[in-house]
Amino acid sequence: MTNGEIRYLTPPTVDIKKKKYCRFKKSGIKYIDYKDADFLKKFLNEQGKILPRRITGTSLKYQRKVAQAVKRARHLALLPYVTDMMK
Amino acid sequence: MLNHYEAVFILTPVLSDAQMKEAVEKFKAVITDNGGTITNEENWGMRKLAYPIQKKSTGFYTLLQFDVAPSVIATLETQFRRDERVLRFLTFRLDKYAYEYAEKRKRNKAQPKAETEVKATKAEEVKEETKEEKED
Repeated sequence: MTNGEIRYLTPPTVDIKKKKYCRFKKSGIKYIDYKDADFLKKFLNEQGKILPRRITGTSLKYQRKVAQAVKRARHLALLPYVTDMMK
Repeated sequence: MLNHYEAVFILTPVLSDAQMKEAVEKFKAVITDNGGTITNEENWGMRKLAYPIQKKSTGFYTLLQFDVAPSVIATLETQFRRDERVLRFLTFRLDKYAYEYAEKRKRNKAQPKAETEVKATKAEEVKEETKEEKED
């Protein structure tokens, strides 16, 4: 530290942005099942709200389908409408 | 013109096993009497509800998959609504992809036992192995 140069113990990681992708497009899922509550939980936050596309990376087409499936699952009491500490 | 449909309904937990079966038979009869055919039936048994419905926290879930004319759905839904034993119901028309999924589900249901048994035995083996390691 004599020459005033900043040194790091670990080299600073330059953020390489990981490209988000739509998991349905990638794996070729055409139909989202409303009966599979555990799978739908991936698209909910702790309060049971549907996560936005900007976080999950789902394409608009499938985001609409996810939303529809979640709402069906809620109607059948497979998923809660409101909750806390779901995960 | 027949369409593919799917109906999930929740029956009250106060029913006895025989009463529950009778209720399921009743709805199956509504479909078959109106010229429909039932292609799949699944009984999920007593399940916990995610939130209370009519002050009940559990319910019997039943899934029916059937082919029927669209006009019959209205009568089926009125039957669901009239019946006090039904807490919730959802009828759903299966489109091309949903039908494929449902058929796959049906086929998986026909032969999942062998697979799960194999998995269970494997899991046990793994557990045993880990136990031995711990003892060491």
